[in-house]
Amino acid sequence: MTTELSVARGRGAEPRPPRRDDNDDIGPAKLSWRYRLTRLDVKFSPYIYIAPFFVLFAVVGLFPLLYTAYISLFDWELGADEQEFLGLGNYTELLADSQFWNAMVNTLSIFAISTIPQIIIAVLLAALLNTALRGRTGWRMGVLLPYVASLVALTIIFGDLFGVQYGTVNNIVEWFGFDRIDWQADRWWSHVAIATMVNWRWTGYNALIVLAAMQAIPRDVYEAAWVDGASKVRQFLSITLPMLRPTLIFVIVTSTIGGLQIFTEPLLFSPSAGANGGATHQYQTVVLYMYQSGFQSLDLGYASAMAWVLFIVVIAIAGINFLLTRRLASSGEA
Amino acid sequence: MATITDRPSATGTRGAKPKRSKAVSLSERRPGFVVYGILIAFILGSAFPFYWSFLVASHDDAKFTADAPLLPGGNFFHNAGRVLDTIPFWKALGNSVLVSGTVTVSVVVLSTLAGFAFAKLRFKGRGPLMVFVVATLAVPTQLGIIPLYMAMAEYGWSGTLGAVIIPNLVTAFGVFWMRQYIADAVPDELIEAARMDGCSMIRTFWHVCLPAVRPAAAMLGIFTFMTSWNDFLWPLIVLNADNPTMQVALEKLQSGYYVDNSLVLAGTTLATVPILIVFLVLGRQIVAGIMQGAVKG
Repeated sequence: MTTELSVARGRGAEPRPPRRDDNDDIGPAKLSWRYRLTRLDVKFSPYIYIAPFFVLFAVVGLFPLLYTAYISLFDWELGADEQEFLGLGNYTELLADSQFWNAMVNTLSIFAISTIPQIIIAVLLAALLNTALRGRTGWRMGVLLPYVASLVALTIIFGDLFGVQYGTVNNIVEWFGFDRIDWQADRWWSHVAIATMVNWRWTGYNALIVLAAMQAIPRDVYEAAWVDGASKVRQFLSITLPMLRPTLIFVIVTSTIGGLQIFTEPLLFSPSAGANGGATHQYQTVVLYMYQSGFQSLDLGYASAMAWVLFIVVIAIAGINFLLTRRLASSGEA
Repeated sequence: MATITDRPSATGTRGAKPKRSKAVSLSERRPGFVVYGILIAFILGSAFPFYWSFLVASHDDAKFTADAPLLPGGNFFHNAGRVLDTIPFWKALGNSVLVSGTVTVSVVVLSTLAGFAFAKLRFKGRGPLMVFVVATLAVPTQLGIIPLYMAMAEYGWSGTLGAVIIPNLVTAFGVFWMRQYIADAVPDELIEAARMDGCSMIRTFWHVCLPAVRPAAAMLGIFTFMTSWNDFLWPLIVLNADNPTMQVALEKLQSGYYVDNSLVLAGTTLATVPILIVFLVLGRQIVAGIMQGAVKG
């Protein structure tokens, strides 16, 4: 072959196009045409391949978020002819709105009582799954079962289980000799019930993520500890937990972003309450209040302001977690 | 995000596997019945709501509230029939399959294409653009639903399945996931060889990259399908009761003045069966995917 092709390593998969004078078979005109085509292909194809993501994100992610900020400056009612400019009016109203603060506290409360027990149980469950079980995949699938089920169906089922009069949970509570609990009317207990749904769904999934990280810990570290006479518990506390830190923070960050946007569970918890989140909004979350303001009261400006405040809270908490992650991850290596 | 820095440990997992059986006596023993007992209790707890839903669905409503039976009754098909009369069940099922199927195919193809470009092709701005993709993972797109709804209403797409499909055609997670996998799984030499043989970019992608990424693409497909199937807030806002997805139809089943438990839970049982079948068939791959994806991020 007279065509000389050499690939510069490190500059990637881009072959140098054949030089004109090297090739006798193909006429000069045709060659330059192919050469140009190849160059265009190499130059522009990558951008074409990544374009769908960026275009779509711009249209359905970035633009709506920015436009939400714009709407939030107006008294924007669905169907009204003219939108009145309010400046930061929606925001000042929002920050003085006790229902909003109530929703924020509810969100953080449900988030806390779902995330903390969930991660503790997930780690313990992962430790159990990390033993030399028979039928390993079967156990892992069993633990993952709740994750795959339809969220709406499960929320309805749990709403029923937590029923006040005929609910199975109250039957069990009574069987143990306690008084029946009003899972819907009582603020604290309604949070517990909703957090239970979240935990039931996500604990097994998180356990598998933690398990994956556990298996990545080198065996010889345990063997050295075993030789030194460290007990199982000691090994877990001194080796397993510190080396899991980055994964744990990862799990916490993802649960944060998801947990702060909780919507389906409180909406469907009790069929009669709907977007109110209970008679006194005792379990109304921020996204639920946003949905109510925007799509039921049709006050889109106000709902948009709420979306932005929540967005800032989510980014702030995710940012804190990210910084925390970096610190803990580096100290874990040292 | 932390786990991105964990890359070396991914190979550690694979390396540790064959060692495990030899090292059992040293670092871990076969677990005793206590461990099995706890796991069985946990899994029974996981399965209970499914069973309970079927239990209620198989009884007559009035009879059930009087005393709680522990065994299924014979009324399930009667109740299931009432579900079919109350909501457009088959239409909702078809819509959900159509939406989730389209979204899954699109996410897998477009994410793999973008992942291929980011992992294997050299172009200006590659680094910053990839950082941008990862950063968008933290942006909750749910919070932009108000203008998105207004846009859909403006273009007359409200109430159509397109309104549910289009915003989900490609995801940052998908791009990120495929990039990580392609960077590891497709050797540069293979791509160079294809290019030298005169393959265009797209043919290189099709004949070299695509066959090599099947496991990761399958995983991404399963996850996307599940996520799309369970999506609720956006379909609830943009669709109406005549043309719902399964999740929206279920919600409508429950929101009446009088809640008929047997009817509602027959609906949830019917809606859960397809996804449980998928899980039983593909569960092994789902578990493997989580185990792998967790380490990689």
